[in-house]
Amino acid sequence: MAMDLKEIEKYIKEALPGAVVEIQDLAGDGNHYSATITSSKFSGKSKIEQHKMVYNSLKGKMGNELHALAIKTKE
Amino acid sequence: MDQKIKELITDEITNNPVCLFMKGTPDAPQCGFSMAVSNMLKILEVNYKGINVLEDQTLREGIKEFSDWPTIPQLYIKKEFIGGCDIIKEMYENGELKKILEDKAINFKK
Repeated sequence: MAMDLKEIEKYIKEALPGAVVEIQDLAGDGNHYSATITSSKFSGKSKIEQHKMVYNSLKGKMGNELHALAIKTKE
Repeated sequence: MDQKIKELITDEITNNPVCLFMKGTPDAPQCGFSMAVSNMLKILEVNYKGINVLEDQTLREGIKEFSDWPTIPQLYIKKEFIGGCDIIKEMYENGELKKILEDKAINFKK
């Protein structure tokens, strides 16, 4: 199971309009990614809430199709 | 979710001030993310209980629902969900993890 980098980006941007999303395929296997997301929607939210917003944008794919996505959020 | 699993998780986080739900054990982690958090706690000399979710599929799914968090590892301190690997790593690097340990009166290497 794998997920395309562009697809991940699309899901996040749909849920967080205007966000700047940088994704790296860490192992080149379509399974281990790292994403840095900058969005004004994160302001005033805890880190846990921010990460949940990103997980929610992936509509249940995290932990299933998407094995590993390291997340870094910035306001 | 399954009542038994809910009780088991509640018991673990109540009886163990620092609880890490992880893949594998502190001595033999089975996943890089679990190993990373485990190592940070070891470096800080925190006394913690590692709970191997790979031994029990219902626990593995149950903890995700319990915390409303889709990934493993998950760190609990004094019954509070602190975060997964990325958040703990960030908190370790910027000093927030030490602050939480201090605030919650957990012994660690200062």
